[in-house]
Amino acid sequence: MSDNTTLPNGWQLVVGLEVHVELATKTKMFSASTNRFGDEPNTNIDPVTLGLPGALPVLNKHAVELAMRIGLALNCKVQPCTFHRKNYFYPDLPKAYQITQYDHPLNVDGFLMLPGDVRIGVERAHLEEDTGKSTHFGGSSGRIHGSDYSLLDYNRAGVPLVEIVSRPDIRTSEQARQYVAELRAILLAVGASDAKMEEGSMRCDVNVSVHKAGTPFGTRCEIKNVNSIRSVGRAIDYEARRQVDLIESGGTVRQETRHWDDATGRTETLRTKEDADDYRYFLEPDLVPLVPEQSWIDQVRAALPVLPAARRNALAELCGVDKDGESAFVVVERGQDEYVREVVSCGGDPRRSVIYVQQAFAEQGPTPKVPARDLAALTILERDAKVTSTQAKTLLTDLIEAGGGDVVAMAAKRGFEALDTGALEAMVDAAIAAEPGAWQKYCAGEEKALGALVGAIMKSSKGKADGKAVTAILQSKRTK
Amino acid sequence: MQKLVEIVAGVTSGSTTATAVVDEHLARIKAREGEIHAFNLVTADQARKDAAKIDEDVKAGKAVGALAGVPIALKDNMCTRGVETTCSSKILQGWKPPYDATVVTKLRNAGAVIVGKTNLDEFAMGSSTENSAFGPTKNPLDISRVPGGSSGGSAAAVSAGFAAASLGSDTGGSIRQPAALCGVVGVKPTYGTVSRYGLVAFASSLDQIGPFTSDVRDAATLLEVISGHDPMDSTSIPQPAASLVSVLDHGVKGMRIGRVTDLPEGCEPDVLARLEAAFDAMRNAGATIVDVKLPSLQYCLTAYYLIAPAEASSNLARYDGVRYGNRVDAADLNAMYAATRESGFGEEVKRRIMLGTYALSAGYFDAYYGKALKVRRLISDDFARAYKDVDAILTPTSPSTAFKFGSKTDNPLAMYLCDVFTIPTNLAGHPAMSVPFGVGTDSMPVGIQVLATTMGEQTMFKVAAELERAS
Amino acid sequence: MSDSISKETVVKVSRLARLSLTPEQAEKMTSQLAGMLDHFRDIDALDLSDVEPMTQPYPLKNVMREDVEAKSLDRQEVLDQAPAAESGRFRVPPTIGFDV
Repeated sequence: MSDNTTLPNGWQLVVGLEVHVELATKTKMFSASTNRFGDEPNTNIDPVTLGLPGALPVLNKHAVELAMRIGLALNCKVQPCTFHRKNYFYPDLPKAYQITQYDHPLNVDGFLMLPGDVRIGVERAHLEEDTGKSTHFGGSSGRIHGSDYSLLDYNRAGVPLVEIVSRPDIRTSEQARQYVAELRAILLAVGASDAKMEEGSMRCDVNVSVHKAGTPFGTRCEIKNVNSIRSVGRAIDYEARRQVDLIESGGTVRQETRHWDDATGRTETLRTKEDADDYRYFLEPDLVPLVPEQSWIDQVRAALPVLPAARRNALAELCGVDKDGESAFVVVERGQDEYVREVVSCGGDPRRSVIYVQQAFAEQGPTPKVPARDLAALTILERDAKVTSTQAKTLLTDLIEAGGGDVVAMAAKRGFEALDTGALEAMVDAAIAAEPGAWQKYCAGEEKALGALVGAIMKSSKGKADGKAVTAILQSKRTK
Repeated sequence: MQKLVEIVAGVTSGSTTATAVVDEHLARIKAREGEIHAFNLVTADQARKDAAKIDEDVKAGKAVGALAGVPIALKDNMCTRGVETTCSSKILQGWKPPYDATVVTKLRNAGAVIVGKTNLDEFAMGSSTENSAFGPTKNPLDISRVPGGSSGGSAAAVSAGFAAASLGSDTGGSIRQPAALCGVVGVKPTYGTVSRYGLVAFASSLDQIGPFTSDVRDAATLLEVISGHDPMDSTSIPQPAASLVSVLDHGVKGMRIGRVTDLPEGCEPDVLARLEAAFDAMRNAGATIVDVKLPSLQYCLTAYYLIAPAEASSNLARYDGVRYGNRVDAADLNAMYAATRESGFGEEVKRRIMLGTYALSAGYFDAYYGKALKVRRLISDDFARAYKDVDAILTPTSPSTAFKFGSKTDNPLAMYLCDVFTIPTNLAGHPAMSVPFGVGTDSMPVGIQVLATTMGEQTMFKVAAELERAS
Repeated sequence: MSDSISKETVVKVSRLARLSLTPEQAEKMTSQLAGMLDHFRDIDALDLSDVEPMTQPYPLKNVMREDVEAKSLDRQEVLDQAPAAESGRFRVPPTIGFDV
């Protein structure tokens, strides 16, 4: 994917991400209506949700707990905090103000690590409430402009949100995608949200600016409607290029909000009102300060699961693979690292254990059916060259299909046995004798000839020769 | 006219019936409501049904509540399920809430019979009920004069005998001032002791619901019923309601009663004379009068008229014609908002929304709203210092007796000055009540205000009861 | 704190508050607000630099509720009170000139 170097003429990218996360609570942030996606419109409503006259908010304790989990998982400080009103008019905002956190948010000053030990600062992760959903009808594009009317569903109004604001430490679109992916993995791990971008329970706003090294950060644009991790990357790439092109052609970047159109692959200005909105923040008089007790914070911290990064590190160390590599990522993402640990503790070859699981256990889930000791046995067979790697692959498939079994017996049944080194040497000598022309070519430096020799040996061995071992023998004979 | 406690005693003992009681009150309403206009809505049919049910229960020996059979009127800014709640505004005309305010639920559970929703200054903004979109309420004692506001209708309802008691709301004096002007008892309790859930918000950090009654004992009885922690209101104080009726006969012997030496000017001499008489009464009853200073008092009006409109501008933003209330249609959303709010809100409401929006806006926040919050701290500190030396304080409730209609409507500031003695307690969150204490030179009633510190209701009621005995 | 408030500001504030004022209303509003703000200048005399703002009359904290569901309001009862409704939802005019 793209990185810094795709911007021309020394332009550098600066990205900050604001991620809104819907919390996995049973009820809304400030009232006891059900928090559930997909219900019939306006069936999870109450006076607070609708902003009826006389309604009053009461904070959801579980939402606070989940928000604390997020903050602690992002290495934030959890602090005494207050709530503010953010005042503006829009039909999906039932009270005409959103209750949010302003100058004293719950979680501050954290960070998230990306592959390659890149540290992205997390400025804050605060509590707020979600808006309702408006659907627009009429008009040619189905979008806001030129539509005839809108319909409002307040089921989502009041759903608890945590807004996670990164520092502008992200420098490539790849990093941005990694940030979102890692954040998502953390949210799932701590049980704070189901973080489904496609359902809107995790939403990203991307702030993009460009500058040249040694100069201040440029004017940033906020991009909305970025609905997938892939779009995060695409939107950043497009916007960065747009800004560079604009500046280089003599224009200036205007601070504005832009809309990402996934279909066309472009960002567009959202038509802004004449007067920029003045949100007139003031302390919410209907709520009181939230001062989480240290014992509560400690309890939440202690109950946090091992986070994905730590799990990848541990797995990498155990199995001798790259902590930022694909096998570590994939296996931890599937929740199969515990299983791999079990396989290794049964004597399994560490590296082979993690790779087998990565390659073959996509459908298995966190508790694979294959008993750990059976998989361990297979890794040992291959490690000890009792079977070839090709044969091992087949046995792996058999194991999975059968849900386990005695691999030694299964290998015997299939007639698998790897030829030992002595037998292999003999076969190699025979092949050299049979194909003197190919051998001469190979000795003269033609690498292609190797393939013919190895192929001949494999054929005559009826698959019992391990291809890698044969290649190694031929290579060493040549150098002699 | 019967007292609340008498009605309960009569209904529960069987010496009278709830039906007879409500009929009597409805008859009085029929006779004079056309003249007084205390109500936006009289719920006669439902009241009779409720009364009949109480009588049934009494007859069957079932337990009935502490307010059994008591006809009560509710200020029309308290949500009553299925019953029109308008806040005396065109924007909510016809709106029927789908839920009851907590106090309404408490009243119903206590067996009260709700006779109607009373008139108020629109969205509780005003001191004379002249700002109602549905016409003013007249003072039952002199219909050329205002009943006070914003709870003018609730005060008049009790004064005219339309209800044995009523509920109002007080943000800057909106219970106490009309109580004084109509010659009834009106109480603003400690902020947080009566739930605001279902009270249409004006200024969230100042609003409180409280009772209007014809005497102090009735007020104590009613306040006990409606007080108490409510989990639906985050600003509700966790402590249970204080026992008030039990202390009414304790007297004030040995108490220190404060006289504010730096009271703001503008009080009519006849009102001041009644205040002196009140101090005399306290002395005669064994209390000592102690001078106290409240230096920040003179800034309270300013602080209030920045804080209350600021909170109100936010609280009233929800009236946008989208989900409820009256809408004026337009081609696009912004135009719809503007047209709806333009036609739906009266002048005073618009003025306060403008003032509040300005006070909160970027560049002006620190100068206005921010400063006002600090003045609030000053008055709170002033009171804290004073209450080291005194148990309660007496002031006039209102600078004058009931004034004539139209006499203050030209200058908003003149109207605001009506609240100069009541506003400080709202800012501090303290309890205060008005007790009728004689008349002015125009024979209209004068109310004396009893102030106490946070959760000082028992002290306040002891003093009020003594005042009443001496009046 | 300014002596008065300009008509320009009044118009700007009225837009923020979604109140449409006719020119005459704006004129009247300006003079009334200016009068009030002049009066409110009295607090300029106070030294408030060391004073903590007071936002809560009673010092509560940590008021929360358990995550327990309650029954929804009846949709029909609510929509019956709506100015305009369709397919179980509230209906409003289009939102021209808005940010998302």
